[in-house]
Amino acid sequence: MGGGGVSQLLEQIHMLSRRCLFRVLSMGPLPIHLAFIMDGNRRFAKKRGLEDGSGHKAGFSALMTMLQYCYELGVKYVTIYAFSIDNFRRKPEEVQSLMDLMLVKIKSLLDKESIVHQYGIRVYFIGNLGLLNKQVRAAAEEVMKATAENSRVVLLVCVAYNSTDEILQAVKRSCADKDVERERERVRLVDIEENMQMSVAPEPDILIRSSGETRLSNFLLWQTGHCQLFSPDALWPEIGLRHLVWAILNFQRSHSYLEKKKKKKQL
Amino acid sequence: MLSLRVPSTSFDFPRFHAGDLERRWKLGRDSFLSFSHRRGFGLGVSSAKSETAPFTAAEEEALPEGLQPELMPKHVAVIMDGNGRWAKNKGLQPWDGHRAGVEALREIVELCGKWGIQVLTVFAFSTDNWIRPKIEIDFLLNLFERTLKSELETLAKNNVRISIIGDSSKLPKSLLKVINEVEEVTKNNTRLQLIVAVGYSGKYDVLQACRGIAQRVKDGEIEVEEIDERLIEQELETNCTEFPNPDLLIRTSGELRVSNFLLWQLAYTELFFAQELWPDFGRSGFIEALMSFQQRQRRFGGRKS
Repeated sequence: MGGGGVSQLLEQIHMLSRRCLFRVLSMGPLPIHLAFIMDGNRRFAKKRGLEDGSGHKAGFSALMTMLQYCYELGVKYVTIYAFSIDNFRRKPEEVQSLMDLMLVKIKSLLDKESIVHQYGIRVYFIGNLGLLNKQVRAAAEEVMKATAENSRVVLLVCVAYNSTDEILQAVKRSCADKDVERERERVRLVDIEENMQMSVAPEPDILIRSSGETRLSNFLLWQTGHCQLFSPDALWPEIGLRHLVWAILNFQRSHSYLEKKKKKKQL
Repeated sequence: MLSLRVPSTSFDFPRFHAGDLERRWKLGRDSFLSFSHRRGFGLGVSSAKSETAPFTAAEEEALPEGLQPELMPKHVAVIMDGNGRWAKNKGLQPWDGHRAGVEALREIVELCGKWGIQVLTVFAFSTDNWIRPKIEIDFLLNLFERTLKSELETLAKNNVRISIIGDSSKLPKSLLKVINEVEEVTKNNTRLQLIVAVGYSGKYDVLQACRGIAQRVKDGEIEVEEIDERLIEQELETNCTEFPNPDLLIRTSGELRVSNFLLWQLAYTELFFAQELWPDFGRSGFIEALMSFQQRQRRFGGRKS
């Protein structure tokens, strides 16, 4: 009983000190939108001598924790790169096991105890959903429908997604738009932007890619023009509060410079 | 991308010149390309004659130790950030920073030519920069025009091809004339392609590609369903090169952003953020970036098993 009491106490202390820390951070400018490339799950499993699937499960756990921190801090939008169109090229067994994991986790978002209900999250699934198998797609659409009324915070899950594919679809829609022929002579920037799937959220302020790789890997190319890029060495399941805090401190340092540029931004 | 404040009236030239001469002498020893021949920018910058050997096209330099030839990037892109801050730190005028920046660029162009890099894209002037005061913009475009004119002969001799990308509609006519001339004269050169982005941004490029495609749809040349990623790539302004997508992007001055430079083309580009300001970047910084690039594992979304 003593042990349980101690760990509960520790958890309370951790939560309180975290709340304090977030209070301090929120005295400076906070990002409205954070994006994550959750890289390194398989390397984590290999490093720990676990089987492949456990890396992704640990990754999901780390994701839930990170979402909790973000929403506690007051970040309104979080976007995650869950599965790229390029990832379909991996071995079929791995793709299948990822799809199975996703199905389970997507369905679990509908549970009453899930993070969705805890924080009133509106969930979007962004990507070429037609590439997913029927069950995963159906589950995704069910979650989107069920959370459509939520408005406190937003989670955008990029699955079967590629930035070039997103831009391609937007270009196609802009070209197909009959108004272009009739009213205006040329496609405008806002036409393309309206047709982007990610237009439901503002552009991200910070993009964090774990595992030390410094590249975008075809993620949010359109939206990260002025985004601060941060690539800690930690593998995704090892990502923690300190990385988030470090990213935010750096963001706050360059924020005023960024703001000036944003205000003056034209095409 | 250039950061520049409005130049004030005092022209503290000699201090910049002395330090610069020393640097150029050291470089002059190492390089054989006549890039290092200091003719200045037509601004009365009198240069000491550096020891230059006439350029011979067959010469390439062996790679520095630690760099492997088979892992060299084909296409390197650079955001040349930090000229203004460099000048401020040295107590110089902002335009000294830009001229030092052009010198640094020359060095990198030389190294690319020597080390077999085939395409070098540099971000000279962004669409975002148009909102700066007119006096700054005029200075920058003027500097660009003068540099192009003064370097044309050297570049042509060194088998460098120049291409300019960006929205040319806002550029002054005199600059457009020089650009056309430079592109025409160098169009058959094969050693290195130098792409200069002026009045460019990644979003602008995608937009103009979209407009081109929309026009082709309107003309009945293609159906909307036929539009695919390859078609978009053909319409992007980087269609002027065989290798439109950079393998490596370097940004100097410690800023951790892409700043809307290239967009589509950066999908799988390795990004390298250097702490130095652009005029200080030079050979050692470039080697560091290349080493970092060569150590990275590029998977393109697949799995390295």
